[in-house]
Amino acid sequence: MSHASLLLFIATCALATFATRVIPFVALARQAEHPLILHLGRYLPPAVMMILVIHALRDFRPLAEGQLNAGATGWPMILASLTVVGLHLWQRNALLSIIGGTAAYMTMVQLGWSP
Amino acid sequence: MSSLNAWRAAGTLTMPVMFGYLPLGAAFGILAIEVGVPGWAALLMSLAIYAGAGQFLAVALLAAGAGLVEVAVATLMLNSRHLFYGLSLLKRFKGAGWRKPYMIFSLTDETYSLLTALPPERARDHALAFRIGLLNQTWWVLGSLVGALIGSTLEFDSRGIEFALTALFIVLTLEQARRLRQALPFVIALATGGGALLLLPDRHLLMGAIGAASLVLLAQYRLQTPDQPKESRP
Repeated sequence: MSHASLLLFIATCALATFATRVIPFVALARQAEHPLILHLGRYLPPAVMMILVIHALRDFRPLAEGQLNAGATGWPMILASLTVVGLHLWQRNALLSIIGGTAAYMTMVQLGWSP
Repeated sequence: MSSLNAWRAAGTLTMPVMFGYLPLGAAFGILAIEVGVPGWAALLMSLAIYAGAGQFLAVALLAAGAGLVEVAVATLMLNSRHLFYGLSLLKRFKGAGWRKPYMIFSLTDETYSLLTALPPERARDHALAFRIGLLNQTWWVLGSLVGALIGSTLEFDSRGIEFALTALFIVLTLEQARRLRQALPFVIALATGGGALLLLPDRHLLMGAIGAASLVLLAQYRLQTPDQPKESRP
C-alpha cells in the first residue's frame, strides 16, 4: 500500500470518527438549554455508565448453551467486579477499588484459576 | 492553583484510564505492526483517529483491503454512540472557547465517563476537562508507541490488566448512583443493556443499548411533561 493511500485511509477513519463526536455540537448548538437536552444531560450519563459495565462484562454468560459455561475469564471477571464494588462501598477510594479489583483479576487470569 | 498542580490533579483523575490505555494502546501497536501497518501510520492513527475499538476495526479493514466507503460506513456505525455523548454534554461544553474543538475530538468512552462523574462544582471547569482529555490521549499514544516499537518482545506479563477499564466503569456507576439517588436511569440501562445482549450481535451491542436508552428517556420526558401551555392557559 502506497503512503498516499494509507494517509487517505487514516484521514477517512479520522473524519468519520470526529463526525460522530462533533455532529450534536454543531446541529444542536442553540438547543443547549432546551429542557429535553437538560433531561438527557442528567439521566443519560448514569445510564451509559451502567451500559458500559454490562458491555464490559458481556463475556460472562453462565447459561449459554444450556449449561454452566462462563468461558476462561468469566468467573474471574465477576469475582473481580464484586471485589471492586465491595472495596468501593467500604472505602470509597476510586483508585484503591480499581487497583484492588484489577490485581485480583490479573492474579486469577494469570494463575488460570477459576471456580 | 498553579499550572503544575492543575496538571497533577487531572493526572490523578486519569490514572485508572492510564492503566487501561497503556496496555490496550500497546495491544493496538502490536496488532498494527503484525498486519503490516508501518509504525508511523500506527502512531498517526492514535493521534488523528483516537478511538479504541475504532482503530482495531480500522486495522482489520486495512488488512482485509476494504474500500474507503466501506471503511467510512463501518467507522460511523461503530462510533455512532458518540452522538448521544455529545447530546448530554451540550450545556457543559458551552463557553469552552479554544479548548472546545479538542474536548470534542477527544471524547472517548473513558473521557466521557470521567467528565460526567466530576462533582457539580467542577462540571464547568473547562481547563480541567481539557487536561483530562489530553492526558487520556497521551496514555493512548504512549501505549501505541510502546506496542509499535517493542511489539511482542515485551517481557512484563500484563494479561488481565485491561480489567482496569471495567473497574473504572463500575466505580463511576456507583458514584453516579450515589449522586443521583434515583433508580430510573439504572433500570433503563439494565433493560436496554440486557435486551441488546440477548438480541443484537456483539458489534452493535453498545450502540443499540445506548440508542434505546436515549429513546426511552425521550419518551419518558414526553410523558411527564404536560402539553404546550396554549391549551392549559386559563
